[in-house]
Amino acid sequence: MAEKQYDWKAIAKNPKFLDLHHKKTTFLFGWWIFSTAYYFLLPIGAAYAPGLFKIKIIGVINFGYVFALSQFFVSWALALYYAHVANKDFDRLTKELINELHL
Amino acid sequence: MTFKNIIIAASLVLTVAAAAFAKEPKQAPAATDAAPAATAPASVTAPAMTAPDATAPAPAAAAPLAKKKVLKANKVVTLSMFAVIIGITLCVVVWAARQTKTAADFYAAGGGITGTQNGWAIAGDYMSAASFLGISGLISLYGYDGFMYSVGWLVAYITVLLIVAEPCRNAGKYTLGDILSFRTDPKPVRALAAISTVAVSTFYLTAQMVGAGKLMALLVGVPYKTAIIGVGILMVGYVVFGGMTATTWVQIIKAGLLMSGAALLSVLVLAKAGFNPIHFFDTIVNSPDIQDHVTKLLIKDGKTGADILTGADAGQRFLEPGLFLKDPLDQISLGMALVLGTAGMPHILMRFFTVPTAQAARKSVIIAMFIIGTFYVLTTLLGFGAAINVTPQGIISVDPGGNMATLMLAQQLGADIAPIIGDLFLAFLCSVAFATILAVVSGLVLAASAAIAHDIYVNVIKDGHADQHEQVMAARITSMVVGAVGITIGLLAENANVAHLVALAFAVAASGNLPVVVLSLFWRKFNTAGVISGLLVGTIASIGLVMVSPNMTYPKKVAAGARNVISVMENKQSELAPGAALTEKDQKSLDKARADYEKNKDGTSIMGLDKPLFGLKNPGIISIPLGFIAAILGCLMFPNKRSEDMFDEVYVRQNTGLGMAKAIDH
Repeated sequence: MAEKQYDWKAIAKNPKFLDLHHKKTTFLFGWWIFSTAYYFLLPIGAAYAPGLFKIKIIGVINFGYVFALSQFFVSWALALYYAHVANKDFDRLTKELINELHL
Repeated sequence: MTFKNIIIAASLVLTVAAAAFAKEPKQAPAATDAAPAATAPASVTAPAMTAPDATAPAPAAAAPLAKKKVLKANKVVTLSMFAVIIGITLCVVVWAARQTKTAADFYAAGGGITGTQNGWAIAGDYMSAASFLGISGLISLYGYDGFMYSVGWLVAYITVLLIVAEPCRNAGKYTLGDILSFRTDPKPVRALAAISTVAVSTFYLTAQMVGAGKLMALLVGVPYKTAIIGVGILMVGYVVFGGMTATTWVQIIKAGLLMSGAALLSVLVLAKAGFNPIHFFDTIVNSPDIQDHVTKLLIKDGKTGADILTGADAGQRFLEPGLFLKDPLDQISLGMALVLGTAGMPHILMRFFTVPTAQAARKSVIIAMFIIGTFYVLTTLLGFGAAINVTPQGIISVDPGGNMATLMLAQQLGADIAPIIGDLFLAFLCSVAFATILAVVSGLVLAASAAIAHDIYVNVIKDGHADQHEQVMAARITSMVVGAVGITIGLLAENANVAHLVALAFAVAASGNLPVVVLSLFWRKFNTAGVISGLLVGTIASIGLVMVSPNMTYPKKVAAGARNVISVMENKQSELAPGAALTEKDQKSLDKARADYEKNKDGTSIMGLDKPLFGLKNPGIISIPLGFIAAILGCLMFPNKRSEDMFDEVYVRQNTGLGMAKAIDH
């Protein structure tokens, strides 16, 4: 396979690439830390704040159950939000960058 | 052209051979089982089965205990459903084998899987029989803790989605070794990555194979060894002849079956509660069986006085944490292994090389997250539904671990409509379990053989100089060998303690693989020394910690337990009137305890220990930081200018997909 040669160092310094890199890093690591922290609240809360988990919210359904269930919805929401941002911003920036390089 | 024709002819022959070869297990168990069922009144594994449709004698044969239940699938119906699944998957193999001509076809389905298909396949690859049967069982016996346990398995995919899926798609080709060797010294890195992949896959595969054998023995009365060999031959057949294409479709079919089974059963459970969730939870709290079960659990935990709840308080306790997961540190440690380990699992990483673009990789993770998450939410319904309808006491009487809860629930709710529907539904869920096992083990065999054939054979031994034909042959032969080894281990490990192996696989993936993958994608200074130190330290630390953890069997602890039973029984005996003997049951437990004591009093664990050195069952909390630290220190001690210079290329590639290894490129 004859691969096209790119000047990787030049691309890495391209302002469009730097912009993409900066936006992606902030988004990805920021939200990853958020979701991980939110997840570890579950075992930590269950162990150290059992009183909170026992509070009944709807009928016999307690805070602990709602919180565990919320983990699923938070994960799904984050996945959809990421897809939205990636499709709208990251993919557009990548495409612009590639078009510029091919000119 | 003649060469091409020879290949086509050869693959057709292989295909036919595959069909003939793989059909065998379907007939074998049917033949061996039909005979005793039809002629002999009872076989060893199926005491209650006199004829294929005789489920009626089961309750009569059960012990005098009121809650004692028996679970036996209708063999004819179940095995026919197995046959249908085997038939469909074999058609897929025949079709896939024709399309598998190059290494890219074999390892990555030619990059021709769509995002949606890959999403279903990831779900099918990931949700093992342990998720399907184990987690609902935990919920049915311990309530809330089982549900909490399931959460980490989904959250793990956030790491996959945000950190590894797209960069790996853009930077890799077929294996973990491809990602890691990009800007490092390829030979040692590939060799080590392959060893780590094989280790993780073997741990996971062993747990799956042993589980498969036990499950089939319990459900349909197929002997353990027959089940292992049957599952093993099918798995080898799928992988050897159909490669990634066949494996993908087996996983998609399995995910579809699993979701339909879970959805159907959930509808039945909800129908019982009048489709009112509040009423459903009220039923849990007010169930006398659940209340009684919780009270007993609390007594067993050594609770005293006011802490022993009864009545509705006990029912409410079922919805609160702490009945099963008692050590928060161990749970956090497991959570870390899940959240970071899933993204380091070679068979999951490999799935991202099957899609054409990073966008498709992204889409596939999101679809997988919805499937997996929905499944775990439905699992709550199944677990609580089993607790309400089958009762915890009934579930324990069939399997103390609760693994049969979902299946018992299916049989019972189906039988409430009509007895035949109960049998059909149970048979359907047994086939779902069967398909689940096949899908998961095939993915593992493929990942392990890719590591050996692609990394070690083609790139280390042959320096990358192997034509497509040779590469595919190497991949097929390796898969066959890996499958044979998997079957052998499965046969040998029948009585081994394998419960900790899944956690171990995740711990090794999280401590060994993930740190080096992340650092090689995102850290400029990362180099060969880092990969080697990170992989070695992470892997050895997690295996080592498990070897000295409470997961192992400690004979002196067993002996101490037996000692307690002996003294209780001897006290009982001394309190009896002179001449009176212990009841038969007490005498039996006394004899057993004495035998256990004699056998274990001087023993030590595999590592020669009297008691665990490390208190947690999950090593992640220690081994993951160690893996990261070792990888970072390794690089800083042995800096490498070339690796640093090449970072720009890796980083641009993984972000943009420029110069992407085109899997479709022949």
